[in-house]
Amino acid sequence: MTDFIADRAATRKPDFSNAHLRKRYRAEARFKLYGIAAIVAALGMLAFLLGSIVMTGSSAFTQTEIALDVTLDRAQIDPNGTLDPEVLAKGNYRKIVRDAIRAQFPDVSGRRDLRELYRLVSTGSDFTLRQIVETDPGLIDTTQTIWFKSSADIDQLNKGAIPRDVVESDRRVSDAQIGWFDKLSADDRTRRSFNTTFFTSGDSREPEQAGVLGAVVGTTLTLVVTLILSFPIGVMSAVYLEEFAPKNRWTDLIEVNINNLAAVPSIVFGLLGLAVFLNFFELPRSAPLVGGLVLALMTLPTVIIAGRAALQSVPPSIREAALGVGASPLQTVSHHVLPLAMPGILTGTIIGMARALGETAPLLMIGMVAFIVDIPRSFTDAATVLPVQVFLWADAPERAFVERTSAAIMVLLAFLILMNLAAVLLRRKLERRW
Amino acid sequence: MKIKTLTLAAAITVGMVGAAEARDQIRIVGSSTVFPFSTAVAEQFGKSSSFSTPVVESTGTGGGMKLFCSGVGEDHPDMTNASRRMKKSEFEACTKNGIDITEVQVGFDGIVIANAKSGPDISLSLEQVFLALAAEIPQGGKLVANPNKMWSDIDPSLPAQKIEVLGPPPTSGTRDAFVEIAMEGGCKTLAGAKELGLANKACHAVREDGAFIEAGENDNLIVQKLEANPNAFGIFGFSFLDQNADKLKGATVDGTMPEFEEIAAGNYPVSRSLFFYVKQQHVGVIPGIKEFVTEFTSENAWGPDGYLIGKGLIPLPDAARAAMAKQAQGLQPLSM
Repeated sequence: MTDFIADRAATRKPDFSNAHLRKRYRAEARFKLYGIAAIVAALGMLAFLLGSIVMTGSSAFTQTEIALDVTLDRAQIDPNGTLDPEVLAKGNYRKIVRDAIRAQFPDVSGRRDLRELYRLVSTGSDFTLRQIVETDPGLIDTTQTIWFKSSADIDQLNKGAIPRDVVESDRRVSDAQIGWFDKLSADDRTRRSFNTTFFTSGDSREPEQAGVLGAVVGTTLTLVVTLILSFPIGVMSAVYLEEFAPKNRWTDLIEVNINNLAAVPSIVFGLLGLAVFLNFFELPRSAPLVGGLVLALMTLPTVIIAGRAALQSVPPSIREAALGVGASPLQTVSHHVLPLAMPGILTGTIIGMARALGETAPLLMIGMVAFIVDIPRSFTDAATVLPVQVFLWADAPERAFVERTSAAIMVLLAFLILMNLAAVLLRRKLERRW
Repeated sequence: MKIKTLTLAAAITVGMVGAAEARDQIRIVGSSTVFPFSTAVAEQFGKSSSFSTPVVESTGTGGGMKLFCSGVGEDHPDMTNASRRMKKSEFEACTKNGIDITEVQVGFDGIVIANAKSGPDISLSLEQVFLALAAEIPQGGKLVANPNKMWSDIDPSLPAQKIEVLGPPPTSGTRDAFVEIAMEGGCKTLAGAKELGLANKACHAVREDGAFIEAGENDNLIVQKLEANPNAFGIFGFSFLDQNADKLKGATVDGTMPEFEEIAAGNYPVSRSLFFYVKQQHVGVIPGIKEFVTEFTSENAWGPDGYLIGKGLIPLPDAARAAMAKQAQGLQPLSM
């Protein structure tokens, strides 16, 4: 068989006929076309994914607001006129807000109707008003026009996510509420403004008061811990294994293990974190410190493998030249090899960090999949991270959380792009050609 | 660069030392079904009191019990949520670790079988639910792999349409409750089932030939899939039907529609009780537990006009609620 082929190849004459040439060119053109089609398909899918996220998520960046004329009655807020912050904090702001709504619709009566009427504005309105009064107590005993957030259902109605044309019993907003809202709109008392709350507050069960700041801070804290642990340890391991370690059975064993660890499912690291950091070292649950430790363990193998590959790609001539002019092995590595390998190491680190940024599974075990309102302020405060926030919102029944889920994904992507950008810039700065 | 790294390392060490300080935040674990209510109370509590907002984790009922019963002290949670009553084994594990418990029943949750508005109206009995979804059903005096392909195979009055039901996976508490109440309930009334060994746990096996599709823990996903496929039915919690009443409709089960009033009155058959459990040893040690329980059991929260109703909770009847509030606020110990 092989003889036959060899025989034919030996005796075959080059075919310069037009037909044959055309065939070859066609094959080449087809091959290029396949490549282009693959890229177009990949880009198309990416565009579809991003497009659908942006389409559903962009409306979360605006919020419907309702203007009410609020009479800040001293008797309700500060009856003794002391301006004591503790008294101001306890004022009956709910009643003031409710009175302001009733003033718009004086003819509404009956418990049920009034309850529906009060639901036009967010339940957080009393806290909004409290903050306004606390920052400027001089407003007491005046009447102010204040923009309050509408409730999430009204907001969804205004954005068209709750349809008006279905039977009343089939939607979250009653006909009466639609009537009131339309009247307010006709009076220019409604507007859609930029949703700052989404970027300045923590999680909430009320969609209109929910924000991603808690998750962004939690992610930052967690990734800082991950980076300052995995980067130095990873680079040192890679340098030692690649440049100094003797090649024997032990180093082979270590290498095999590191390669295996890189492929271990992340939930396993979560279980390890639960057993070691929480149960043995008794570190606090839900803390970014523990999350960072767990993610650092997960990222380490990636950093080490990428680091070793980068070190290997430094030409041996560099090492030989350095050693030849009398540099010690340490000087060779730290002055010549490591700086040249740094761009590659950084790429590996950023891949590892990007994976850590998107993880939820290991964090479940150590209590970071939790409802946390307060913004974390230290590495041991209870915190959650962006992907967990996305996961929790995706699971919430309220319709207004649908757009917020997509918006949180956009924030997560922005975070990722920022991280990548930092890595690209660093790499540019460090890159050297030889 | 070096100094920066050192500073950061120092910051971490300080953080670790800080962890040894006393915890001033209530920690709650447990059921994902009670999670929306617990978090709503936690948020309200954090805003309206001087205590910090409790941290609520969604670990599932079983996982929550395990954490809750693991011991007394700051490293262990103060409360756990449950979408079923605490089991005797769990109670014993708690007692062994020196934990005294107060049980609080919060309300009810209905499990609905629903389809898209454009699909057919359907009225099922528990028996028909069992015949549609069980792995094995009795036929001709012996157990056979479920042969029903169409709803009309079960009963000619049902639509001639392929059986296609999206439901939660076995890890979910909703699934547990569904098989326990609906499947077991249907099994009990089915003639000749008991003789063939179909009783209690044996009724829980759900068919795996494609008619029942495990759609993941996320109920929103089931809602979206139902919208896209009017022939499919979905199984999920009542609050998702309530929020999506413009897109979905619930099937009548044993002659009762899945409606707020019917579930509250106990007429709708597929409903379950929701609970939370308080660790008495932590009361007075971790600040705010007593106040949190009081907030949860106030009329403003769980009453018929309370904010939890807006989140989908179905309240206890008035008398039961008043008694439960008293019992909860007095931290009455649980015995089993």
